[in-house]
Amino acid sequence: MLRIVRPVLLSGLLLLLFGIGFPAVVWAVAQLLPGGRAAGSPVSVHGRVVGFRYIGQRFRRPGYFHGRPSAVGYNAAGTGASNLSATSPALLAAARAHLDTLLRQNPGLRPADVPAELLTASGSGLDPDLSPQAALVQVPRVARARRLPPSQVEALVRRQTTSPWLGFMGPAHVNVLTLNIALDSLAARP
Amino acid sequence: MLDSLNALLLVALTAALALPVGRYLARVYAGQPTWLDPVLGPLERLCYRLPGLDPTRPMRWQPYLLHLLALHAVWLVWAVAVLLLQDRLPAALNPDHAPAMSWSQALHTGISFLTSTNAQHYSGETGAAYFTQLAVFGFLQFMSAGTSLAVGVAVVRALGAEDAQARLGNPYQDFIRSCVRVLLPLSLVVAVLFAVGGVPMTLAGAAHSANLEGVAGTVARGPVAAFEAIKELGSNGGGFFGPNDAHPFENPTFFTFAVHHVAVLLLPMAFVVMLGRLLRRPGLARMLFGVMAAGLLLLATPAVWLEQRGNPALATLGVAAQPGGNQLEGKEMRFGVVPTTAYAAINMAVPAGTIAGAQDSYQPAVEVPFMLLMQIDAFFGGLGTGFLNMLIYVVIAAFVASLMVGRTPELLGKKIEAPQMQAAVLVAVAGPVVVLASAALAAWWWATTPNPATTLGWLGNPGAHGFSAMLYELISATAGNGSGFGSLSGNNPFWNLLPCLAMLVGRFVPIVGALLIAAGLLPKPTMPASLGAIRLESVTFAALLLVIIAILGALLFFPALTLGPLAELLGGR
Repeated sequence: MLRIVRPVLLSGLLLLLFGIGFPAVVWAVAQLLPGGRAAGSPVSVHGRVVGFRYIGQRFRRPGYFHGRPSAVGYNAAGTGASNLSATSPALLAAARAHLDTLLRQNPGLRPADVPAELLTASGSGLDPDLSPQAALVQVPRVARARRLPPSQVEALVRRQTTSPWLGFMGPAHVNVLTLNIALDSLAARP
Repeated sequence: MLDSLNALLLVALTAALALPVGRYLARVYAGQPTWLDPVLGPLERLCYRLPGLDPTRPMRWQPYLLHLLALHAVWLVWAVAVLLLQDRLPAALNPDHAPAMSWSQALHTGISFLTSTNAQHYSGETGAAYFTQLAVFGFLQFMSAGTSLAVGVAVVRALGAEDAQARLGNPYQDFIRSCVRVLLPLSLVVAVLFAVGGVPMTLAGAAHSANLEGVAGTVARGPVAAFEAIKELGSNGGGFFGPNDAHPFENPTFFTFAVHHVAVLLLPMAFVVMLGRLLRRPGLARMLFGVMAAGLLLLATPAVWLEQRGNPALATLGVAAQPGGNQLEGKEMRFGVVPTTAYAAINMAVPAGTIAGAQDSYQPAVEVPFMLLMQIDAFFGGLGTGFLNMLIYVVIAAFVASLMVGRTPELLGKKIEAPQMQAAVLVAVAGPVVVLASAALAAWWWATTPNPATTLGWLGNPGAHGFSAMLYELISATAGNGSGFGSLSGNNPFWNLLPCLAMLVGRFVPIVGALLIAAGLLPKPTMPASLGAIRLESVTFAALLLVIIAILGALLFFPALTLGPLAELLGGR
């Protein structure tokens, strides 16, 4: 019996230190960071929280840019990927279905213009980004729905494109939520 | 192709950081003063004094191991108890009302975190309370990482001992030093970096808010930043959320991606630097570092190259070409194909298994280098244990090299005799035997059950890919990796229990084997270095070592690989 006391005591102490103390210190430091980072970087429009900066959302209206397909419908409480293998017929069928929907929603779009990311589901189901290419193919539809000149919408997409970190690390990408919020304020101007 | 330079740059950066960190590690384990002593020294002494431990009492390897195993027993009981009673936690500790786990799931999860595997047959956002994430999973991640470092250091010390009467050391001193002096300060730095990068750190429950189109929804979050730090640093790998590093809250930007890269490789690399200093053999450390880096590159490069060539099935749809290829299923746009694949390869080599993309959706040929990297588990490998696995290969290679030139097999001046070779071969074979036997059992069960797709329901992608999923799960368990194919439904009694043996064998057999070898070499007299002795610090030996690893890997695994990834590649599904 005695031989178990020391391991238990040590484990209890280490639990306090690493399971409670360490996270507490990190929590305290995180609360001091700007931008609401600790809470998940919430994004507000006119005082209402409309989402989180890094969490993708489901956009369906023709006047908004749409994000990538999501295997969980952008359910941020039950995230996941499709887990379809590269050789799976289900993957090809899903991609074909997404392509058909895209071509239907964006008349004038040719398959050769569509980047593969718009036919494939993301790893988390919450991918907030698009490549600049994928955003630009949606410009005609969005411009028509918003009754804005396409060149203006295209310029907005380019302004909203995040360049690679440090200029060369990683791809350029567009955050769909911030793009759509900027689109709203652009369209609201008289 | 500038993309591939990103990963190389990050690996090079980590190697550069490994130098000062390795030197710090050497000072800590040699008992020399360090600049963090004023803060961490009293904390370390408290850890000895409170439970009444004597850190100066040296032990032989059997009591050393038994004391560590006693701690493991306590941790396992704690973990399983909390998981079984998770639904009874007060709301402040469990704001999103995670339910209790079934007994088989609790056992699997407990063993998984205990052995640093971190295979998860649950999804963090629905299956784990905040308290569990921090006080069970995060706690065990620290404990298992501390154990890995401790046993690694013990073996290094035994290899370098000059006094034949010396004992292995004191497990509490090695373990507590690892936790308090190494893991704690590094984790604090990395956690803050993650928090700065946008990884949440909150005890508030999931956020309920409407999205931009006005549709109500729930966004899971939590105390993630603290968790991420030890997940990477300790070669653990269990994600806070199901998608792991693909989830934007675990990995929001390329900056945090870079921090993930550095954190996961840092301590495995620093360990090699450290051993060079502790053994006073910098040439040996350079040779090992070179072999590990070469092995990682040799297997990671084809993986990345194959993946960016794209999916021929998707190409038939006639869509636009993209830089990096069309293999974007299961990947994230802020990283892209090449960085995600390179990161996955690194996470197979250091078997942390924190992946930024769905493992299921890679090109079938890419699964081959992934599985090989996991199974070899020595191209850096996990902190501490990677070196133990490499030691096994070194012993075998030194033995073979000596026989080839007709000399007495010896390692670091000590004769390698039958007991050491038996231990080395047993370790080399034990893991693969368990994997193959378990995979055979699973395949047989599936094949002999009528209507397995409905009665068992394990596999989301049947055919050769389904076999790959099962094989991958078992290799991952043995290697202490923990990633898996999402299409394999793990949360059933069969798949909760089957990998447990693999995880326990994969964790403790190399530890016991390496301790046996090091303790066996310790009391032997040192042979004087002669002209024809095998020089470990040579390119010849390094090349031989790589060849031995390749041959062992091929002999042990290629037949299984032909049933899985290679069959899928050659036209199966």
